[in-house]
Amino acid sequence: MRVGVVYYPGSNCEQDAVYACRLVGLDAELVWHKQESLDGCDALILAGGFSYGDHLRCGAIAQFSPVMKQVERFASDGGPVLGICNGFQILVEMGLLPGALLANDGLKFRCQDTRMQVEKTDSPFTNAYAEGQILRLNMAHYEGNYFADEATLADIEQHQQVVMRFCGPNGERGAEHNPNGSINDIAALRNRAGNVMGLMPHPERVLTPELGSADGRLMFESLRVALTGMASAENTEPLEVIADV
Amino acid sequence: MRGQVVVRLKREVLDPQGVTIGKALDNLGYEGVGSLRQGKVFDVELETNDPAAARSALESMARDLLANPVIEDYEIQLLDEGSAGEGLVTEEEGRA
Repeated sequence: MRVGVVYYPGSNCEQDAVYACRLVGLDAELVWHKQESLDGCDALILAGGFSYGDHLRCGAIAQFSPVMKQVERFASDGGPVLGICNGFQILVEMGLLPGALLANDGLKFRCQDTRMQVEKTDSPFTNAYAEGQILRLNMAHYEGNYFADEATLADIEQHQQVVMRFCGPNGERGAEHNPNGSINDIAALRNRAGNVMGLMPHPERVLTPELGSADGRLMFESLRVALTGMASAENTEPLEVIADV
Repeated sequence: MRGQVVVRLKREVLDPQGVTIGKALDNLGYEGVGSLRQGKVFDVELETNDPAAARSALESMARDLLANPVIEDYEIQLLDEGSAGEGLVTEEEGRA
């Protein structure tokens, strides 16, 4: 089972995503945006960073990269697609996820740990979490303020598309626990079919306690469970070799 | 000919940058500034001299890329219709 990590000029989290997959026992490789084929990948991760310098709007130009036609087909065929940070921005620009991401409400680039509560575990990216589990992930972005108009938002909530919401240490909700102004505290969102998910925080940055939190690891373990059915990985120690460039 | 596409956040979408700029004007002593919205302007040079074709091309560009219809509205304007004395149309005519 192989995960393709799609990256663009300006991406900067693709190595971390490959590392995270390999750490939990998944085969993973980089997929350059100019590729026109996905070479039989079983799942895709759109990596974080600043594709095309965030020109025009974040993700606006990356959505037209050659590989994206295949990504679109892969997603509509039900293949698991995870968009992290810039990857989330690309997914909403493409329309694979509803809504849009605006500048953070405080107009600040926010690089900090943030907490979020898992609401849905019937997902290829969250099945290893417990429902209600509170995660501590790292985020670093300026345009992460999720927005959807009233009708779209009602539709999203009705179809159980909110996978995680920003919260306080004990699950409290409110503006003081919402780091970017996202409407309804939405922190992770999926499409109606459930196979495409996006989030602004970076699970690939928090894989071991030494990094302040290991809460991101279970997102990759979830993907392994979804792809292989295996609940435990062979690799339990940090890998020495990171991805080939 | 030249065209211009102006892209702005929709009315119902909060524009924190516009609000901040409006407050800065207020701090500078400009009184009576109401709502202020920030937008983007795209000046596009087109090879065609047919206003209808130019407008339709700009519409298409705005829909496909320049604006995100989820959060933004756009307006299209054609510039130098031949009488302004500057811009591509006049230059082309001069050369002919």
